[in-house]
Amino acid sequence: MKRLIFLIEKEFMQIFRNRTILPMMTILPIIQLLLLSSAASNQVKEVRISIDDRDKSLFSYELIAKIDATKRLIVKPLPLKSNDAMLAMQNDETDIILKIPKGFQKDFYRSDRPELQMLVNAINGQQATVGASYVTTVIQNFNRNKLKQTSALTSPIPIFTIKDRSWYNPELKYTHFMATGILAELTALLTIILSAMNVVRERELGTIEQINVTPIKKWQFILGKLIPFLCIGMGLLTLGLIAAKIAFNIPMVGSVSLLFLYAFFNIVAVLGLGFLISNFAETQQQAIFVAFFFVMIFILMCGLFTPIDSMPKWAQYATIPNPLAHFISVSRKVLLKGSGLYDIKWEFIYTIILAFIFNFLAVRTYKKTI
Amino acid sequence: MSREIVIKTDALTKKFGDFAAVDEISFEVTKGEIFGFLGANGAGKTTAIKMLIGLSRPTSGEATVAGYDLYKETERIKKRIGYMSQKFSLYNDLTPQENIKFFGGIYSLSRKSIKEKTQEILEKLDLVDVANTPVSTIPLGWKQRLAFAVATLHDPEIVFLDEPTGGVDPMVRRQFWETIYEASDNGKTIFVTTHYMDEAEYCHRISIMVAGKIAALDTPDSLKKQFEVESMDEVFVKLVRRNENTTSKISK
Repeated sequence: MKRLIFLIEKEFMQIFRNRTILPMMTILPIIQLLLLSSAASNQVKEVRISIDDRDKSLFSYELIAKIDATKRLIVKPLPLKSNDAMLAMQNDETDIILKIPKGFQKDFYRSDRPELQMLVNAINGQQATVGASYVTTVIQNFNRNKLKQTSALTSPIPIFTIKDRSWYNPELKYTHFMATGILAELTALLTIILSAMNVVRERELGTIEQINVTPIKKWQFILGKLIPFLCIGMGLLTLGLIAAKIAFNIPMVGSVSLLFLYAFFNIVAVLGLGFLISNFAETQQQAIFVAFFFVMIFILMCGLFTPIDSMPKWAQYATIPNPLAHFISVSRKVLLKGSGLYDIKWEFIYTIILAFIFNFLAVRTYKKTI
Repeated sequence: MSREIVIKTDALTKKFGDFAAVDEISFEVTKGEIFGFLGANGAGKTTAIKMLIGLSRPTSGEATVAGYDLYKETERIKKRIGYMSQKFSLYNDLTPQENIKFFGGIYSLSRKSIKEKTQEILEKLDLVDVANTPVSTIPLGWKQRLAFAVATLHDPEIVFLDEPTGGVDPMVRRQFWETIYEASDNGKTIFVTTHYMDEAEYCHRISIMVAGKIAALDTPDSLKKQFEVESMDEVFVKLVRRNENTTSKISK
């Protein structure tokens, strides 16, 4: 036990003496948090729409005015001489083409069910679907108003309306959603890379040999590395939370100490994986390569950018051994939704199992021989 | 001198694939002895030493170190030995004081005795002025002596030194050997590898390794007599030549 204290003490001395690693561990992640949370947005804000109006009626002008008044739609005028709106889409000058046929107004009053045609550039799937739904909403509202006006003369028509409310993130603030995820991501990534590199660095320098000829126990060595990096991980999370609170005013609905309790186990799991990697790497280059491999998979399959619920079933199961996926889920649930321990029990259970497996393997595969 | 045997090997072998880096070496080292392990680069000295300190598993053969079995009681051996490698392996970013403290802690010394030892080492090695500067900034000769002090911090019975004086100037080398003699006088057994032939003269007994085998083992004086030469240098050259002749005969 006393031996462990000396190990931890030495690790902290080295960390705080290193003038490059300390800012790397604090300033860089904060920049990343601020940058990514506000930039990496899936929100479709500006959809360009061109309207090919063949009717040129009061009716069609009214519709165009409605579309133009929508904040997220930008009406791009079509060149006068060219009728071919497709050319504009081909040249990437517009995302959606709305064709208003000749006789649109006339057909409506005749109850002939006039048809509008919408052409959507679907290269960027999200832009296309979201954009199209904006336009559809505008047209439906327009349609409803027109119906009301006409039916007022005849008989009232009952119409369903849906009022939607976004719970847990009522203003649909994308930064709230992103910042909570990125916070978890950064904490996990930094600790995995730091731990893997640290042990391999000792191997490269040859200092690990000097330790391996001492009667030190394997678990003591791993624990002596784990505890300092755990503290750094927790420190980073604290710093990140403060930064996110100040910069984005992220909500903290749930218990922050629950988040920290969960983060404790999560960081232990991630560090275990880092040590496991380091046991199989001779050089820092090898370590960073393998760590990067895991990091890429973890990020792309953690639900930060793509919701886990929309992945294929097998991929959803594949996120179970991904500690990052659980971390992001907990961070969002606790901070945005105010979930309690019971609501995140599965994340807790999976993470504790992962922490145990990774660290058990790290101790088992650590070799005191060469 | 007591004749207590502290290292004993019997046909100890380390193979890397088909290549035998250490090929059935057998020898005994007695307590308090300065036992030199000589050989050219690649002769298998470092591999042999790494087996004896438990860093490398032997392929076959038997060995006991400090009375413990090399295979089954490796961790017990580690408590009783000190090791200093050819590559300087203290922490360069820590100060001499911090290095002593850390390794003292790893060897489970008490805080009080660490403090005492630190003071003793710093004064003895004249490192008081640089006690609080990182090890990376102090000259190599001092570093090597510090490394030796750290390797003997826990008062081991046997000290293994793997080319401890590589790259160090003659003056510091002399000082270093004085330290080794002092340790030997205190009853410590010294197992040292080197390829400086003049250093071989300082050893009580030496074994010369050629291509993984022990080609000769005796006191420096008897070896010189045996080969009818004046210096260890010549003994070594003769031995290597003889070996080259036999291997070339075999290949023919």
